[in-house]
Amino acid sequence: MSIISTPPLAAETIFSIGHLPITNTYLNSLAAVIVILVAGFFIRRKIKDVPTGFQNFAEGLLEIMMEYMDRVTGDRKKTIKVLPLVGSLFIFIMLCNWMGILPGIGSIGIYHIVGGTSEFIPMFRSANADLNLTLAMAVSSLVVVHIMGIAAIGFFRYAGKYIKVADLWKAVKSMNPTKIMVGFVEFGVGLLEVVQEVTKIISLSLRLFGNIFAGEVLLTVLSSIVAYIAPLPFIGLELLVGAVQALIFSMLVLVYASVATMPLEEHGHEDAPQNEHPEALKSA
Amino acid sequence: MDAATATILAKGYTIAIGGMLPAYAIGKIGAKAMESIGRNPESVNVLFTPMILGMAFAEAIAIYALIITFIL
Repeated sequence: MSIISTPPLAAETIFSIGHLPITNTYLNSLAAVIVILVAGFFIRRKIKDVPTGFQNFAEGLLEIMMEYMDRVTGDRKKTIKVLPLVGSLFIFIMLCNWMGILPGIGSIGIYHIVGGTSEFIPMFRSANADLNLTLAMAVSSLVVVHIMGIAAIGFFRYAGKYIKVADLWKAVKSMNPTKIMVGFVEFGVGLLEVVQEVTKIISLSLRLFGNIFAGEVLLTVLSSIVAYIAPLPFIGLELLVGAVQALIFSMLVLVYASVATMPLEEHGHEDAPQNEHPEALKSA
Repeated sequence: MDAATATILAKGYTIAIGGMLPAYAIGKIGAKAMESIGRNPESVNVLFTPMILGMAFAEAIAIYALIITFIL
């Protein structure tokens, strides 16, 4: 692809503070954070009992989010406990994605001499097109989910979900050969769940990164070929994809959180697949 | 066949196969949703969000293939 230059996989460094490189995607995420902070201060300055204007919009948004989350957690108190994590993820990711489509992102930049040729380095770039950001969000969200699970159930019972020693012991004590075999299989499944945690991190980060990066490449290539009317539907697609990916990321973190804080059933291995998402069935 | 040719071939096959199967999956999800809406037209509002969610999960697999194509 030497005729049309696609944006590179890694984010380009604009300048460095000491040894810390500041990339163009970091500038975008910083801008999103500043927008959220300014909006928050703006709402907080004059809070009225009967909301009007921007406060009304924010409260409506909050109501819609809590309604969606109630359908997964099933309990308003649990929703309020999870809302800071999931709500902030949703708003931040959606804002980052939508800010990446604004005119000027990706086209305003400077020319650097890299390896003998002069290359164009854009000053701003869609924030989630950097694997660092999505990986950081995925890792920190899952760490928080584990901490919430430990806080809700207790450390040994939570670890018992993965290393199923207690169930194995109970199965061996009952001296029933079928139960012992099932016990060993469940032990293996529990260890496999540890691997699944790593998969969760990888899939969360790569899904968001891939979608936004692919959209960016698509828009860049398309705008290089046809400059005026043809990119419009694809910009609309980017809007939709940005919103949907934010929704998916936050909803997945919500599901992981509600599964992690679910109280353990006593002899519920046979019932576990049915009981896990009664809330999802209820909403149908 | 040297390494460069093999890389290019691998990239092509990755995105070709990795794009076909998720496309099929997304088509199936959409088809089932259309069927349900046809049987019960009032269920559009209930069905819309889970359908979009399911499609995004299926599409994520295609995105993994796209990442490999970009990285290699």
